[in-house]
Formats: sequence, C-alpha cells, structure tokens
Amino acid sequence: MHELSIALSIIEGAQEEAERHGGGRVSAVHVKVGPLSGVVRDSLLFAYDLACEGTPLNGSRLLVEETPVTIHCPACGMERAAVSVEQLCCSVCGKPSAEVMQGRELEVVALELE
Amino acid sequence: MAGEPRLVEVRRNVLKHNDLVARELRRRFQEAGVYVASLVSSPGSGKTTFLEATLTKLRPNRRVAALVGDLATDNDRARLARSGAPVRQIVTGTVCHLDADMVTKALDGWELRDLDFLFVENVGNLVCPSSYDLGENLRLVLISVTEGEDKPLKYPSIFNSADVAVITKIDLLRAAEFDLEASLRNIQSVRPGMPVLQVSAKTGEGMEEWLRLVEAGGIGRG
Repeated sequence: MHELSIALSIIEGAQEEAERHGGGRVSAVHVKVGPLSGVVRDSLLFAYDLACEGTPLNGSRLLVEETPVTIHCPACGMERAAVSVEQLCCSVCGKPSAEVMQGRELEVVALELE
Repeated sequence: MAGEPRLVEVRRNVLKHNDLVARELRRRFQEAGVYVASLVSSPGSGKTTFLEATLTKLRPNRRVAALVGDLATDNDRARLARSGAPVRQIVTGTVCHLDADMVTKALDGWELRDLDFLFVENVGNLVCPSSYDLGENLRLVLISVTEGEDKPLKYPSIFNSADVAVITKIDLLRAAEFDLEASLRNIQSVRPGMPVLQVSAKTGEGMEEWLRLVEAGGIGRG
C-alpha cells in the first residue's frame, strides 16, 4: 500500500496550489483517479485522513472522482471506452488497443478554499 | 466569519515531483549512453535469479551494474554481486516501491558514462511500483509459472505500466501445471501487443532471446 505516500503528495501539492491562488484554508481537495493509476480509492481516503493530521489540511475532505479507461480504437479511428481495465479493447467494435487515452490519471483538479 | 468556500481549479499531477526527477534521470541516462531496464514482480517470482543470470552473461563484454530495492536486508545485493558487477542495495524501510529520488540517491558517486547497462530491481510488489516512473528505458514485469495464470487480470496497472512481460521458471511449467495459453491470453487482454519472453534462468532457456533484445536496446520507451 503506497496510498500514504500518495496522500502526502496530494497534501503537499494542495498546499502549494493554495498558496499560488492567494492562500486560505483548504477545506476540500478534488482529485481524479484512473483505474490504471495503481491507486485504490478506499485506501487513499483512509490514508488521506491520517496524512492530514498535524498539517494545515487537517479536517479537510478528499473528493475522489474515478475516471473511466478509454483507448484509441484503430478500427473506429477514435477514442472509445475500453471494455474494462482487464480487457483493453474497444467497447463498440471489440478491437484490442494498448493506446490508453484516459485512465492513468492521478491529479489534483480543484481545491475548496476558505 | 469564514465566507463560502471558493472553488479553485488546478491541474496538478500528484506525482509531479517524481515525474520531474524521473525525467532528469532519463536525461542523464541518455547523455551517458546507458540503457536502463527495471524489473517488477511479486515477491518470489525470480527477479534476482533472472537478473544474476543476466549480469553474468552480459558482463564479459559489457559494462553492467545494478540497483536492487528491498524493504530490508542486503541479501539480494550479495547474491547479485556474485556476478562480479557493481551492485548497490536500496533499503526502503517501510516503503513498498522505489521512486525516482531513491534511484537518484543510490546512483550517487557512480560514473554513468562507465556503464552500458544498468538494471534496477524494484521491491517485490505488483501494485505500488506501477505509479512511479524511474526514468528507465524498459520496464519488465515478471510472472513465474508457480503463480496464477490470472495475475495479469488481477494486477492490470502494473502490466499496463510495463513494456515487456517475462514468464520465469519455464522449466517448471509442467510440474506447476501452469496454463501457458491462458496466461498469454490474459497478458494480451490487459496489454494488447505486449511482447512476452519465456525464460528459465536456471536452465538458460529463453535467456539468449532476452539478451539479444536488451543488447539491441531498441525496445522500450526511448
């Protein structure tokens, strides 16, 4: 489980971004997590609360948006949803593709500042 | 009184620091002309044996070195050092993966120009290493025939983050009743087009193909 290191990186990143946007207390952090990021949502939520202790983000909420996996389908010639993370092929025509367009993200996308 | 919280949009990769350090490593490796391959797998799938055989076979003609990550002990460093190659242990303590900072620190004092190949053996773990770029040219994911054929389906992220899959202990294929066809199908399902090697570091089966591949240096992420 590396979600604790990930949580610490989120907190560090959120603090830096908060400063950059005029400061204030961070009450919530919105993150996007793809199924291919290697991060498990529930473990991350658990680790986040622990990691926040003793930091200015103590008591803040972590809101996790899970993104779907999409691939570039060479047959359809466009971005398509993959059947699943275990089956990287086009959900429309079934063509396999390793060209992942979305699903690896691990990003802080927004902050709520007070 | 605090007012309504204001929502500020940011776009920040959580692993930005690691990615920057990895990018710098990749630049250094390229500048020094050293080809870097990393190995990930679950504990006990034969990374160290595979790497020891690789170092031993490459060493007569090539300048090779290795870094090896473990939670504790430097047993693997001692094993790999039998090949005669310079080897450094990275003891991660409680951390279940290597990151780019650890690799940078472990390389301290090594002249990369004096190397043709550097191998980085990650901590035995099929989950956490997938998130961390180490600046390598090639990432191998190893799965042994004594593990389940469905490992790729259970750990799609690590297979997706790797460039080549290596099925190890192929000499035990029958004894382990490993369904090779199913494992190949599962690898292709999580990572279509992934090259797969079948090796036994013990008997040497498949090692020539692997060595040709790494000598050519033409695979991986550039």
